Amino acid sequence: MDVSRRDFLKMSGVTAGSLLLPTGTAAAATTANFPLHKRVGEAASLCPYCSVGCGVIVATDAQGHILNTEGDPDNIHNRGTLDPKPLAIPQLANDAKRLKTVLYRAPNSDKWEEKSWDWAVGEIAKRVKTTRDATFKEKEGDVTVNRTEAIAWLGGAANNNEDCYLATKFSRALGIAYLEHQARI
Amino acid sequence: MTNHWVDLKNSDAILIMGGNPAENHPVAFKWINQAMEERDAKLIVVDPRFNRSAAKADLYAPLRSGTDITFLGGMINYALQNKLFNEAYVKAFTNALTLINPDYKGPADLDGVFSGFNKDTKAYDAASWQYQTEKLTVKVKQKDASGNEVEVEKEVSVPKQAASIDEPNTVFSLLKQHYARYTPEMVERVCGTPKDQFLQVAQMFCASGAPDKSGTILYAMGQTQHTVGTQNVRAMAILQLLLGNVGVPGGGVNALRGESNVQGSTDMALLFQDLPGYLGLPTNKQTDFKTYAAKFDTTSFWSNGPRFATSLLKAWWGSAATKENDYAFNYLPKSSGNYSWIPLFEALYKGTIKGMFVMGQNPYVSGPNARFERKGFENLDWMVVMELFDTETTSFWRAPGVDPKSVKTEVFLLPAADAMEKAGSITTSGRLIQWRNKVGAPPGEAKEDIWILDRLIKTIKAAYKDSSAAKDRPILDLVWDYGDTVDAGLVAREINGYALDAVKDAAGNVLVAKGAVIPGFATIAGAANFDAIACGCWIYSGYYAPADDGTGVVMPAAKRRGQKDPGGMGTFPFWGWAWPANRHIVYNRASARPDGTPWDEKKKLIWWDPNADSGAKDAQGNPILGKWVGYDVPDFAPTKKPDAKANPAGVGLAAQSGTDPFLMKADGKGWLFAPKGLNEGPLPEHYEPLESPIANPFSKTQVNPVVKVFSTDAGKDVGDSVGTPDKFPIVCTTFRLTEHFQAGAMTRYLPWLSETQPGMFVEISQELATEKGIKNGDAIEVASARGKIKAVAMVTARWKPYTVDGKKVHHVGMPWHYSWVGVATGDSANDLTPHVGDGNSMIPEYKAFLVDVKKA
Amino acid sequence: MSQITLLVDASKCTACRGCQIACKQWWDLSATKTTQTGTYENPRDLESNTWSRITFHEYESGGKFQWLFLQSSCLHCTNAACVDVCPTGALKQNATGFVSFERDLCNGCAYCAEACPFGIPRMETINALTGEAKASKCNMCQDRVTNGMTPACVKTCPPGALQFGERTAMITKAKERVETLKARGYPEARVYGENELGGLRRMYVLTAPASAYGLPDSPQYPVLASAWQNVIQPFGYVATALAVVGLALNWVATRRSRLNHVESLAAPAPEAPAEKEEV
Repeated sequence: MDVSRRDFLKMSGVTAGSLLLPTGTAAAATTANFPLHKRVGEAASLCPYCSVGCGVIVATDAQGHILNTEGDPDNIHNRGTLDPKPLAIPQLANDAKRLKTVLYRAPNSDKWEEKSWDWAVGEIAKRVKTTRDATFKEKEGDVTVNRTEAIAWLGGAANNNEDCYLATKFSRALGIAYLEHQARI
Repeated sequence: MTNHWVDLKNSDAILIMGGNPAENHPVAFKWINQAMEERDAKLIVVDPRFNRSAAKADLYAPLRSGTDITFLGGMINYALQNKLFNEAYVKAFTNALTLINPDYKGPADLDGVFSGFNKDTKAYDAASWQYQTEKLTVKVKQKDASGNEVEVEKEVSVPKQAASIDEPNTVFSLLKQHYARYTPEMVERVCGTPKDQFLQVAQMFCASGAPDKSGTILYAMGQTQHTVGTQNVRAMAILQLLLGNVGVPGGGVNALRGESNVQGSTDMALLFQDLPGYLGLPTNKQTDFKTYAAKFDTTSFWSNGPRFATSLLKAWWGSAATKENDYAFNYLPKSSGNYSWIPLFEALYKGTIKGMFVMGQNPYVSGPNARFERKGFENLDWMVVMELFDTETTSFWRAPGVDPKSVKTEVFLLPAADAMEKAGSITTSGRLIQWRNKVGAPPGEAKEDIWILDRLIKTIKAAYKDSSAAKDRPILDLVWDYGDTVDAGLVAREINGYALDAVKDAAGNVLVAKGAVIPGFATIAGAANFDAIACGCWIYSGYYAPADDGTGVVMPAAKRRGQKDPGGMGTFPFWGWAWPANRHIVYNRASARPDGTPWDEKKKLIWWDPNADSGAKDAQGNPILGKWVGYDVPDFAPTKKPDAKANPAGVGLAAQSGTDPFLMKADGKGWLFAPKGLNEGPLPEHYEPLESPIANPFSKTQVNPVVKVFSTDAGKDVGDSVGTPDKFPIVCTTFRLTEHFQAGAMTRYLPWLSETQPGMFVEISQELATEKGIKNGDAIEVASARGKIKAVAMVTARWKPYTVDGKKVHHVGMPWHYSWVGVATGDSANDLTPHVGDGNSMIPEYKAFLVDVKKA
Repeated sequence: MSQITLLVDASKCTACRGCQIACKQWWDLSATKTTQTGTYENPRDLESNTWSRITFHEYESGGKFQWLFLQSSCLHCTNAACVDVCPTGALKQNATGFVSFERDLCNGCAYCAEACPFGIPRMETINALTGEAKASKCNMCQDRVTNGMTPACVKTCPPGALQFGERTAMITKAKERVETLKARGYPEARVYGENELGGLRRMYVLTAPASAYGLPDSPQYPVLASAWQNVIQPFGYVATALAVVGLALNWVATRRSRLNHVESLAAPAPEAPAEKEEV
């Protein structure tokens, strides 16, 4: 067989419309059933990207790893559809670079160090108190203004209402004036 | 959004201007397509760039970035000149008939500014913009010294109304005069939109002014990220009010918000000037609760503002907030200036901010004049970040070109759970709150944000536990009790509002038992002892209250998944819960004619049913008939008749009539002319962007006269520099892509999404490419007065040179998602954007600035 | 069993690429490390790990400029040459009309890639030493559709550009849509795939000529493919058997070089070929 298949098929192009008719279709027809190779989830969630509020149906394994995301057919906004971002949630959830421990970068250091939550929360509380106490402005003339202009808060529009509410409550209780987030920009 | 996503299907004309839903809200097109297919709706896109939305439009018109007011002003003029406005709507529901102070002068008279401008302070005295008033003497009941009810005469002042909209000094006449200058020729000259294309857009969209039609305007940051952003939005609102498109199905002024919960985060007031529910943070002028409370209108629903503020203070400081101490009003910080984004980063750059919290945001990439803003991070003593990934912000100290040894900042990077890995609610652009269950497990030691906040505040409280200083009371007295493992449901209960003690009406009847959640903000407005309620965000009141899902199953309202859609209007009142009070289209009183009947059978949403049982009984015990009924919760007093007269001496909604749909406004009307609330005038006027290729053709006032232009280190390599068209002749704008999200933290790590949009590019026209010898795919350099970036040239027929004021002007655009961390990387567009904000909101002007391009 | 068709209404497609990622997610296909080369179109071609992608085309006619988007993937011909030339039965015509693919049965002969009039199947060498290869292409989410679900791409499509259903209903829908589009200012609107190659099971509604989307205006069945199947293919079985028992190393080496040739032919060279690498 010296004639290559490509050459052979190329010839067929030249003779397009020839009398030879395809014969394979009927012979190859099959009703083969293919088992679903992946589970479709049942847990209803919501897309974390834009503001349409699309429903996402999530399949997870026993450890809670997300295997599959599809549009939630019951959600009134998207009725089962989704754009590419929420379809990539399995990668968002399982990416090897997701942060798994507290990281700390010391002054002038060139690296992260892994730390415990207890240590980090304690150290942060100390920094907050030191900065707040050193910069707190209780009065402006006769007016009680109770604020610090030395601590800022940014974020977050991707957070839940309950996160945001607590962030506001937290910030204002400390007297934070510079409270801003994505909605401004 | 005044309306909501599904409601797009009810529209006859959809104008996308300053937004790009095909790319940034792709599911919007499900409903847009349905309107186009089922109603033969027309889709119009007006944008500097022929984008993916434009590709689906019946009509696309280009406009030079930053000239929306001229275009919209042209449309307003077109609607007025051709009498395409909805006259009955305009007369009854807007302030068209209201007479304005005869001292008022507009930009046509004063070369671009309104009367009352002070050049030195760059601020207006708004006295000449005010309504004329007339005095009425009315009889009111009040109690005399011995407690008996007596009727006395009282003089009240009300806005003066003209008999005809065309009388001199009516809002309508002033509007008409002002926009007479916005001719199709001026649109072509300023916007660079060919006149015939502008006229096609005006004609196609203004057809929605017919009473049986409705049109919607969809916008996003293309309107807001300008020095005239707020006035851009005003211009859209004016056009929509004229066309009778506000409060109606398929209508509205609809902000397509960018993030899954940016609506909710705004409602929760993560903004310097606000408190949850738009109550406003006190300023140093509001020295006590009384002066703070006085800022609320008394003749609108805002008359309840002081009660809502009280319930917020009770939620935060509980038993420490007493009537005697002004409900701990002084615990709140008070602002003495503007602490918004740009001033924040100016302060950071100057080193006055020492510590910073960042919760799920990547400001390194997303801030304007980013090279300047980033420099500020190095001045921080400490930074705490809650994040999913190590981002450019968290690693700013090791960014390209930064020597870590020179950066003193301590960084605490706290691993956070992603959206799937925690429970809580989010709010759509359409104000619909949906509950999201926890479905996945966070990796490693990653924690939910509320867990992190809980641990932090408890530890901070412990650090202050021995203090007796007054300044520390806001921390020590702060109510913070959401369980050991902090339960989002308990936080939701507080946001919704619950009874600290039995809540009673004036007759002593218990409305809400102690400990129970309140059903809605009407309870706060109506209770005799409203200070027995703790409510963290009054507009969310009801979202976590038990509600029927339409099948008899009761659950917290935001968790509902009921499928009933009475009337088929897409309201779905049993799905989640929309603020306020589960109203899906706000101002929906305007969906009915002034007499209460629907504008059109096919567009009916709510209407007055004179035979419906109002639920109230008259003195004889007979039911009082008549109430608003329909497919949405009326955004109106439910039993106020369409012909009800306003009580000029009344408080709150009593002061408004049966044809006052805009119940948050002191006069109940839609404001074609804004006598207050805006810094740069009652009507939108065109000003050029800070950096513009031409002189303002309308007046000698080149730039919005009230904006603050920052100039820190101007002219230096890093600084607040401003470019000029001789050096930077090309207009540039920024945009987003479907495949990436904002500053990229949630997409640029992901291989599938990075594969589709792998790196930075700049879209340029074939004409510009030819002039500069650039081929598609070439590496090019884009420079502004603030910096230079490298990008790949995307040469496309989707951009054409503009002819502006007789001059050929090139226009380019680029995405702003990229930076150096992750899989998809590239230079940041924001290295080039200027440090200037809108005259009201201080939203940065990302969308119009000057650059030059060359082959790299 | 009724005949199915996946209708791609290009006039509704917004190029969000939900379909492209839904396919990758459902089939666990890896991402390619691409680079920006001056186009939205990435990856630059179908690949063994990219079975479906959106192509972007700028087109101007009659003074009207269009930015065209097309879901480019296997067309599932009724007269499917790939099925006809497949020596192992890896490619089969399902009773409902689509062309299924069973990877385990594929011997990597690449006949399908050469026979396809649209240049769809991609060959992937899965063992560099032996030259063992596999074909790949869209299989119409054969597991989903035979279990009563729609293909992943159809399910996710936000603007409703992708629809899936009984063929005659899809044809009716497509024709009605063309009439609507003509009335809305698209005089060149047309159906593509009603009759081509016996009917394409991925059928299109287009608003411009097929060539403007990079589709052949009149795709032709490679007629001698059936002769190939009936006369020459039996030799292929013999060759496969030899390869399986490892007795034809020389043959394998030859085949490897031919495979490379097929890959380069099947993939029209992009301006700057994407660097293919798992990321």
